[in-house]
Amino acid sequence: MFTLEDQLTDAPIPPVAVSALQELLPPLSEHEAAVESARCLMCYDAPCTHACPTHIDIPKFIKKISTGNLLGSARTILESNLLGATCARVCPVQELCEGACVLGSEHKPISIGRLQRYTMDHLYGRKTDVFRAGKPTGKKVAVVGSGPAGLSCAGELAKLGHAVTLFERRSLAGGLSTYGIIVLREPVEVALAEVAMVQRLGAWLETGKDVGIDPPMGDLQKNYDAVFLSIGLGSTPELSIPGEEFILDGLQYIEGSKHQASQLRVGRNVIVIGAGNTAIDCATIARRLGAERVTMVYRRSEQEMTAYAHEYDFVKREGVHVWFLAQPVKVHHENGVVRGLECVRVSLGEPDASGRPSPKPIPGSSVLLPADQIVKAIGQNKPTLAMRLGLKTEKGFIQVNEEFETSAPGIFAGGDCIRARGAASTVMAVQDGKLAARSIHQRLVQHG
Amino acid sequence: MADLSINFAGIRSPNPFWLASAPPSNSGAQVHRAFETGWGGAVWKTIGAPVLNVSNRYGAWHYGNQKMLAINNVELISDRPIEINLREIAEVKRAWPDRALIVSAMVESKPEAWHDIIRRIQDTGADGIELNYGCPHGMSERGMGSAVGQVPEYCEQITRWVMEVAKIPVIVKLTPNISDIVMPARAAVAAGASALSLINTINSIIGVDLETMEITPNIGGRGGHGGYAGPAVKPIALNMLAALGRDSVVAGSKLAISGMGGISTWRDAAEFLLLGANSLQVCTAVMHYGFRIIEDLCDGLSNWMDEKGFASVAEVTGRSLHRVSDFKDFDLSFKAVARIDQEKCIRCDLCYVACNDTAHQCIDLFDKDGKVVPPGAYDQSSNGRLEAVLTRPKVVVREEDCVGCRLCFNVCPVENCIQMVELPPDRPPVTWDELSRKQREVTEDWKQMEKYREKMGIHIH
Repeated sequence: MFTLEDQLTDAPIPPVAVSALQELLPPLSEHEAAVESARCLMCYDAPCTHACPTHIDIPKFIKKISTGNLLGSARTILESNLLGATCARVCPVQELCEGACVLGSEHKPISIGRLQRYTMDHLYGRKTDVFRAGKPTGKKVAVVGSGPAGLSCAGELAKLGHAVTLFERRSLAGGLSTYGIIVLREPVEVALAEVAMVQRLGAWLETGKDVGIDPPMGDLQKNYDAVFLSIGLGSTPELSIPGEEFILDGLQYIEGSKHQASQLRVGRNVIVIGAGNTAIDCATIARRLGAERVTMVYRRSEQEMTAYAHEYDFVKREGVHVWFLAQPVKVHHENGVVRGLECVRVSLGEPDASGRPSPKPIPGSSVLLPADQIVKAIGQNKPTLAMRLGLKTEKGFIQVNEEFETSAPGIFAGGDCIRARGAASTVMAVQDGKLAARSIHQRLVQHG
Repeated sequence: MADLSINFAGIRSPNPFWLASAPPSNSGAQVHRAFETGWGGAVWKTIGAPVLNVSNRYGAWHYGNQKMLAINNVELISDRPIEINLREIAEVKRAWPDRALIVSAMVESKPEAWHDIIRRIQDTGADGIELNYGCPHGMSERGMGSAVGQVPEYCEQITRWVMEVAKIPVIVKLTPNISDIVMPARAAVAAGASALSLINTINSIIGVDLETMEITPNIGGRGGHGGYAGPAVKPIALNMLAALGRDSVVAGSKLAISGMGGISTWRDAAEFLLLGANSLQVCTAVMHYGFRIIEDLCDGLSNWMDEKGFASVAEVTGRSLHRVSDFKDFDLSFKAVARIDQEKCIRCDLCYVACNDTAHQCIDLFDKDGKVVPPGAYDQSSNGRLEAVLTRPKVVVREEDCVGCRLCFNVCPVENCIQMVELPPDRPPVTWDELSRKQREVTEDWKQMEKYREKMGIHIH
């Protein structure tokens, strides 16, 4: 049985220094960058480049740091990945480039992510652009959603001279980079600097536009030569348990920490439901903003958790406890003031639709975990726009062909909204946007 | 334990390591401290003609994360008053009777000037004198240093003047800034010098500042050539040392040779000994890390000598000289090929690109099905650590086409991953010299050469 001590008090949490949310890794100093870049072996046909979903020529950009050619280094990165500054921070480099570094097997892999950030910080600090808008083609493309996939696609199309309008539902562009990545990993300014760069390339940004409602999709199809949907995913799914209305949404929790950290109410004893990377981010935020105890609750075991191993290690070091094999069944509250989360212990049974063992509640194992705040981060619903537009879907995601075209001719899609296979990530979204832009360009050029 | 002590042309030293005539041996306090740390001897920084020095006198060549692969200097001979130098030399010698204390000298090219300085040095009780014919900057503009060393006749003349009054061993220090190091060495032999030392520094300009476009280092808006020394010059020094050892006149004179030029570790030291050095001088490594490096120089050398069964330094000296040959005496039938240890290989593919772009195109990439693939053959939609690591092709030498050039061996970043494997020769041994004597036409006419290759089964793709 769980034996959590009830630590609830009504005393307010003392204010926490904003520095608690500062970017986790400091920038590399000039000296550190010189030493680290000189350590790179300059592998030929390098495995880090293969491992990068956007296939940045990594030895090339690192060599350019080493020779002091930072502008050339930035160009090398941006040629493959327009969102180099975001990816330098949020990429799970252990699973990608750095994980494939030939020095990783016996020594320390090159800090590719931090070197990329060094170059990108230099570029944005200099307020220089490496690309300009292409010669106008007279073609118009609507990009719906300004997250990483949308920005990447818009930027690549603008480089090729197409007139791009970027529609964004929210008041700020950047999608998850702006709203959903905790500041510890990526400050808001970094995401917005990339939005501004794409705007300088010539993409026209329309914020506060909920495509499908205003403007209607038909207008886009009528007024543009092609449409790219990069609409991400939907809201957090329902747990369908009593008292769920008193559970906070994980993505909104993170958004609050990014944009209104001083007003975000953080409990003293916080439970986060879920064990993915977003759940880890929520738990981190709660700890950093003053929660005395943060517990993640997950209905499967450590083997099944979707968070990256390095993220799990990180959150344990942050002092977060993880309770495996516990399934929430009811929120306990007094007039809306959360008092705890009732869970049942489960055992793992046959694999379910996701291929992971399905949790089976153990009768009579119910326990009440005290909490004054509960946050859920259990994934996101599938995009609803696809249904409304009547696009073909795959497991609820928008179905696209090899050219990123949906079942509706002229409508392309990329990013999390098409990620029926594999894990959703920023860098995959950037690659989708880049490849979709190439397909769209081919289409527009071929058809005159 | 091996005996590290040496007797160098009559100069005794408890170990073969001496501070070279340079900034580390600029004062009594420094040499005193070096002896306390264990240095066997010191060649006092050159004394002689009056000088003034400048700021920014040392430049350096860095490469990657290695600082000071070489140093370059425009420092002149000692700028301390000569009386102070002579007094301190005497004091240090009195305090350290068992150490070798040699004084480097350089004065105007007049017999009186040389007679005077030699007598004054001998009055200090120093063990020997080194004639600085090598300084390539500043002093050479005044007709001293390398201006002497570069002209064998001057070298011989001045050495004769010195030998007229010398009562202690005289070492002639040679400049490498000359087309054949043997010539000034023979001149020194002819003049009756007691010993030789080499190499002095090499003429060099370190670089240009890309911000200001000034010469590095910048001396009031100007800059110029300075003397180059340190690890980067070691191979040049070894070659010149071996050239003396192979010359019948110089080697026949049996003069002791003090070797220097980039000695930083005991390994370097052992190599200098093997190619004929009797004592060793060190400067740049001390300027980089301080006097303390003497401990491993002695310890490492001693352990290596024990392992190899050498009882004394003299037994090591010149041991590898007989292996130094001219190209014409190499066996043209000797055959080696590169072989890559797949267990050790980290798949950086540096050998592949080096061979493919710049050598003989005989390394192949094999995918997991054993098929030869071009670089970058992976599906562009694949990514991630596992995909990149598990599908990375194997790098294999196509031995039948490998000419054994050894480039891949040199670029490989992993210790003992690529081996040059000696194979039984395909044909009887023959040198170019033998070939040109026995089948001259083959060495002079391409058509005959092609016939010869055909006959001998030499195929070059």
